[in-house]
Amino acid sequence: MDISGDASNKLSKKNAEWFARPGFARFVYSAAAVVLALLIGAVLIGVSGYSVKEAYYNLFMGAFGGVYSLATTIVMATPLLFTGLAVAFAFQCGLFNVGAEGQLYVGALASAVVPLALEGLPPVLRVIIALLAGAGAGAAFGFLPGYLKAKIGAHEVITTIMLNYIATLLTTFLVKTYFRDPGPVDQTVLLPLGSRLPEIIPGTRVSLGIVIGILAVALLNYVIRRTVLGYEIQAVGQNPHAAEYGGVNVRARMVQAMMISGAVAGLAGSVEAMGTLYRFIPYFSPGYGFTGMAIAVIAGESLWAVIPAAILFGALQSGGQSMQLFAGIPMELMTMVQGLVILFVAAPGMAEMIFRRKSCGKEGGGRA
Amino acid sequence: MSGFVDIVFNVNNLAATIRMATPIALAAMGGAFSERSGVVNIGIEGMMLTGAFCGVLGSHLTGNAWLGVLFAIVGGGLVGALLAVFAIRLKADHVVTGVGINILASGATTWLMQVIWKRKGASDLVAGLGTWSVPGLCDVPVLGTILGTHSPLVYISFVLIFLGWVLMFKTPLGLRIRMTGEHPEAADTVGINVHAIQYFCVILSGCLAGLGGAYLSLAQLNWFSKDMSAGRGYMALAACIFGGWNPLGGLGASFLFSFTDAIQMRMQTAQISLAVEIIQMIPYILTILILASAVVRSRPPAALGKHYESGHANK
Repeated sequence: MDISGDASNKLSKKNAEWFARPGFARFVYSAAAVVLALLIGAVLIGVSGYSVKEAYYNLFMGAFGGVYSLATTIVMATPLLFTGLAVAFAFQCGLFNVGAEGQLYVGALASAVVPLALEGLPPVLRVIIALLAGAGAGAAFGFLPGYLKAKIGAHEVITTIMLNYIATLLTTFLVKTYFRDPGPVDQTVLLPLGSRLPEIIPGTRVSLGIVIGILAVALLNYVIRRTVLGYEIQAVGQNPHAAEYGGVNVRARMVQAMMISGAVAGLAGSVEAMGTLYRFIPYFSPGYGFTGMAIAVIAGESLWAVIPAAILFGALQSGGQSMQLFAGIPMELMTMVQGLVILFVAAPGMAEMIFRRKSCGKEGGGRA
Repeated sequence: MSGFVDIVFNVNNLAATIRMATPIALAAMGGAFSERSGVVNIGIEGMMLTGAFCGVLGSHLTGNAWLGVLFAIVGGGLVGALLAVFAIRLKADHVVTGVGINILASGATTWLMQVIWKRKGASDLVAGLGTWSVPGLCDVPVLGTILGTHSPLVYISFVLIFLGWVLMFKTPLGLRIRMTGEHPEAADTVGINVHAIQYFCVILSGCLAGLGGAYLSLAQLNWFSKDMSAGRGYMALAACIFGGWNPLGGLGASFLFSFTDAIQMRMQTAQISLAVEIIQMIPYILTILILASAVVRSRPPAALGKHYESGHANK
């Protein structure tokens, strides 16, 4: 069996080296990538005959200008925090979880349905059980690609892409067939107040979800940095052959990493269903799982970096909305900017070119 | 029950299967070329979408749908070149780059559609390709219904896919391509320019996916709508794998996938709500089963997804 897999599904060695660079350099480079992408965006806005100043003023104000804007940014960032964390955690094991989108759907449905059967329980318990159900459903959808990867070497990128479709179709089917709210629309029953995640900033839609997300980052960071499991998962990610030689059960760690990743992605769906939508609606996600991949790529080695990256993408989203509303500029521009950021950050060759130039300059000046 | 049999075994289903399989088979062949040269191509979805957009743009600008097809091929090829530069020259992770390209293409095409046509959701109508009736064939009873009248792109695609198979398995260039994906060091040693082969294959895959996109926007319809590739690029990737990284295998897989799609659509129009979603799942489940099956183990090219630097091989 070829445990290292077909290499395509692993970050390449060059990338691994790049991802291991000190956090600060990485932060500077990621920021530069965002600025570069926004500059290209500005050119496109200008060429299309819009006012760049008006566009980016509204983008900024929509993202950060005032309590309401900030709240919207956080609401947008909440599911992204989870999906980004999910993908980033699988990265630690050298696995690329493209399936966060599907895991999110099954998690959302589980969390939208399970509390309905628990009316008798106190709200706190109901919410906790619903969250666990979402995580469990996501973990189940993470288990399958992890298991197929570990046992047979099936490309997890492909299996998770397929599972994304299966998950969205399956949840739609289940809603239509078993959990449909009587009415014209295919969706589940509205969650009662006691089964929702409470608002933490009254009057905004910021729910407890963001707090749970930050706690999840802290927890998984602890697992990766301080536990044997995390150490072994990282060892598998860096070199599965060496890890196996060192006595690590590589297959088990792969499956566990994918399950944890799936559970976190499932929670992304849970917090959307319980904190924002208050129900499950088929095809509700505008691609949170895919944006999560972008966030994980930007965050790189550090799980903590998922938080600012998620907020950045949340800001692009909420800022993009107000740019569309007040400056009349299609917010798909922000989708383009996101795509460009991924490309720039993903290209270690590009980073090397830039850094080589920079470090040459520094060395020329004589570094102490 | 007899209604169900009518729905599954229906001549019109086969014609619909051919129509729906064409764009997927073209993109699957693109995927096969890219991956046979060692470059993972998740970006097929974005290349297809770009092709669909450029096709409509070309037809809009020139008034000629065939020039639109040319635009689509060039547009898809340019996105292929973008993937190639990042994946080969800049050594970016292939999957990450592909994901970035898909997001970029989705944003860029929708943005440009709104800028050019000032409409949300869909472009204006443009000149489409229409259909051809093959003289003689279209009058034959059953066969005529299935094969007789289609978009010209359907017939062109069949020829292209056969030529692609010949190129990949019966020519020296095809041997070089396969060698590059299996063992780039060995290929380099015998004088094959590994990167040139990879650039060629990835750009070719973009052109083919772009042509598939043009089929969606100029043959099936005659306008562009937001995200109209709707996952067909990913399905093409599945067909590519299912078909064993072989253009003809990819065509077969596309037929199989599209057949389930045709049944599903017929069920919807016949108002049979029986788990349409379950039938739609079949292609994806089949692909996972194929990947999971130890018996029918389809094996990807050995050096798929790896970066190769000439002259830096371990000596």
